[in-house]
Amino acid sequence: MSEIAFYLLAGATVAAASGVLFLRNPVHCALSLVMALFLIAVGYIALDAHLVAALQIIVYAGAVMVLFLFVIMLLNLQPDPAEAAHPLLKLGAAGAAIAFAAIVWTVVRDWSAAAPPPATLAADFGTTVVVSRNLFTEHMVAFELTSLLLLVSVVGAVVLARRDRD
Amino acid sequence: MDAHHTEHAVVAVTVVGYLRWIPLLPFAAMLFHALFGRVAGRKAVGVVACAAVGASFLLAVRAFLQLGSGGGVLSDVVYRWIDAGGLTADVAMAIDPLSAVMCLVITGVGFLIHVYSTGYMAHDPDYARYFAYLNLFTASMLVLVLGDSLPLMFVGWEGVGLCSYLLIGFWYTDPAKADAGKKAFVVNRVGDAGFIIGMAVLFWGMAAAGHASLRFADINAAAATLPTGVTLAAALLLFVGATGKSAQLPLFVWLPDAMAGPTPVSALIHAATMVTAGVYMVARLSGLYTAAPEALSVVAVVGAVTAFGAASVGLVQNDIKKVLAYSTVSQLGYMFLALGVGAFGAAIFHVMTHAFFKALLFLGAGSVIHGLHEEQDIRRMGALRSRMPVTWATFLVGTIAIAGIPGLAGFFSKDEILAATYDKGAIGLWVMGVATATMTAFYMTRLLVLTFYGEFRGYHHKWEHAHESPVSMTSALCVLALLSIVGGYVGVPAVLGGGNHFGHYLAPVVGHHELHLSHSTELVLMAISIGAAVLGMGTAWFIYGRSPRADEAFAARAAGVHGLLSNAYYVDRTYDRTIVAGTVRSGEALWKRVDVAIIDGAANALAATVRAFGGSWRAWAGGNVQGYALSLFVGVVVVLILMLAGAGG
Amino acid sequence: MVGAEHFLLLSAVLFALGAAGVVIRRNVIVMFMSIELMLNAANLAFVAFAQRLGNIDGQTMVFFVMTVAAAEAAVGLAVFLALFRTRETLNVDEIGLLKG
Repeated sequence: MSEIAFYLLAGATVAAASGVLFLRNPVHCALSLVMALFLIAVGYIALDAHLVAALQIIVYAGAVMVLFLFVIMLLNLQPDPAEAAHPLLKLGAAGAAIAFAAIVWTVVRDWSAAAPPPATLAADFGTTVVVSRNLFTEHMVAFELTSLLLLVSVVGAVVLARRDRD
Repeated sequence: MDAHHTEHAVVAVTVVGYLRWIPLLPFAAMLFHALFGRVAGRKAVGVVACAAVGASFLLAVRAFLQLGSGGGVLSDVVYRWIDAGGLTADVAMAIDPLSAVMCLVITGVGFLIHVYSTGYMAHDPDYARYFAYLNLFTASMLVLVLGDSLPLMFVGWEGVGLCSYLLIGFWYTDPAKADAGKKAFVVNRVGDAGFIIGMAVLFWGMAAAGHASLRFADINAAAATLPTGVTLAAALLLFVGATGKSAQLPLFVWLPDAMAGPTPVSALIHAATMVTAGVYMVARLSGLYTAAPEALSVVAVVGAVTAFGAASVGLVQNDIKKVLAYSTVSQLGYMFLALGVGAFGAAIFHVMTHAFFKALLFLGAGSVIHGLHEEQDIRRMGALRSRMPVTWATFLVGTIAIAGIPGLAGFFSKDEILAATYDKGAIGLWVMGVATATMTAFYMTRLLVLTFYGEFRGYHHKWEHAHESPVSMTSALCVLALLSIVGGYVGVPAVLGGGNHFGHYLAPVVGHHELHLSHSTELVLMAISIGAAVLGMGTAWFIYGRSPRADEAFAARAAGVHGLLSNAYYVDRTYDRTIVAGTVRSGEALWKRVDVAIIDGAANALAATVRAFGGSWRAWAGGNVQGYALSLFVGVVVVLILMLAGAGG
Repeated sequence: MVGAEHFLLLSAVLFALGAAGVVIRRNVIVMFMSIELMLNAANLAFVAFAQRLGNIDGQTMVFFVMTVAAAEAAVGLAVFLALFRTRETLNVDEIGLLKG
């Protein structure tokens, strides 16, 4: 991937993420997040993670975010005019965020100088076959437990969201 | 030219063990009254109180007899009290001729007054409290005169000041009486400040000269060797204390107000004993004062002016006790005049005779007040001679004595003072003294006439119930009358053929004041003072015998003078407007500006700061989950930084 | 040459933005969305390392993270629904019961 393309991608992603942070209307925030997820999927593709990119779009952007939007519109949330965080909170958050980013940049820079050279990837790296084979053999137990987790969460969601019958 | 020789040579000191009991017995009696007074009952309290003072009197007599006539000192060291820095002081009693005289007067007259009080205060509900205070006073006064060092004397000094306050304000439920007590205490305190500073100056000087002691013997012996600045300053400062305790100018204002207390208190404290403490102090420090002649001049002038001024005020007073109060101030002035001209012995002589007749007069006044059921205004008295014969007779004796008529005690002592003044060359002061004698005779006769002669001018029902006082009171009057007559014969001067035993008795302590006058001059002076007395008495008898209401005419004609005298030269009012008002105002300013604004403000500001901090921190603990999340995030960042720093460094 | 480092830095920035959003936003649903953003940033880091090191386990990890995120979103939103029925508000300041 060329550098210019990356910077465009990265810039757009950060802009979308900032939208989540700064937009007033919750619906706008959700849409902004969808945009960010799409752009991250593009990033996945650039990183030879084709299955993951597809799953990102189908599951994350397609299902989870739709769920978010459903709830927002169900509750008919209006942009909250009284939304004002404590200035100290804003200041702390900004400071911590900047500090974190700076730290990571330092670490990555130091790491990349002494890191081993990039591995040569197989031609089918990141395809469905390879990922599935890894998933269903080495991580079988985790897979089964995850399906159990999904069951529990579905049941829980139904119970929580159910109206009490008087 | 001062023929005042002092024998401070080797003094025979005898150590005895019983002197401490002289003040301790009344003190123990005070504890009895304080702890068991209510339970024990009036009779027991009265007996214990009088017995304690009586026993002290007997011990004083024993000491007197043991002392003999050649001077010497009886000493009783109880324990080491102060041992700090360079100063050592013991609780130690010492009796020499000077303190022997004082002790006898205090315990003797004190005993009579205690007996009198059992009658006077018989109907008072606070009987035990009264005698507790009275005994405590006696104990303190005895410590004052028996102490062998300045600090111990000061303990007694403060003690009598305290008891004076307690007894003046005895009926404290009356705010006026309580205020009188407070006034006495505060004014005394001013004097005491001078006393303390003087004591400090003296010690500083003594220590610098190598004698780190405040014992009287040491002070008097070393006084002449100290720098003049020290002796003068110490003498004057200690004298300030004396003006407070002995009610001289400028600190006399508390004594007339002190008449708010029970009359026996006025007799004991404000006539016979406490007010003489200042005189005693100067006499005790005779060595110091003779080494500071300027101080003595000040003492003499203050004494004379006070004597004259107070006598003039006494001319127009209408309260029987106020007349006697101003009379006391005036007579004390005489004593200080004597001290000032170097006649220490004469001053103490007058202390003694004055104790006799002034106590007598006060107790007599108390008898009148008691008989008339709390009437004190002489404009509402008269013709009491028939109703209260014993009181009248003794009061007459007292009047003649104070006027200075020959044959009675007052004559000898007053005459000695005036002669010494003339001898010193202080003619102006002598003239004031003679004029004072005239006025004294005048106002006392006026008092006598308006109270006991003429027609009764008071409320009819008071006349109906006027009665003589019980034996407990009249017996004391009779004894004091006797003393007022014969008490002076111990000091008959040489010119009249006497041996002046009193003067010689005190000579080893205070020196003997030799007069340079010729016998004829002395006799002329004597005649003048007798003439002054007779003039005063006769004039008063003439005026008030005819028209008891003569005062009103005088007041009408000379309103300005009358007002001036009635209000004691407006001294009180001046003090009130300047010092008292100034103190109150500065107190208010301090309260509002310093206490409220600054101190309270600082405390409040501190609290507000804490609250503000707390408020800002409260955001952290307010269940604010996002705050917690932020803390987590910040924590992670910090840990990362530390890890980086650790790894890098 | 764009390597894993660039994507890692992007991941860091996204994570920081998400964390800031969690702290700052008053609306609980938007808060939740910020959490999702953080999870995605972590996913991006996993994928970048997988590519760099040639280890497919990174992508499998992303698979699991996505699953868990979906489950969490379902339950979480159900909770918010129930909450909104009683509280009538989704402002995080007003629904806080954990007072200090």
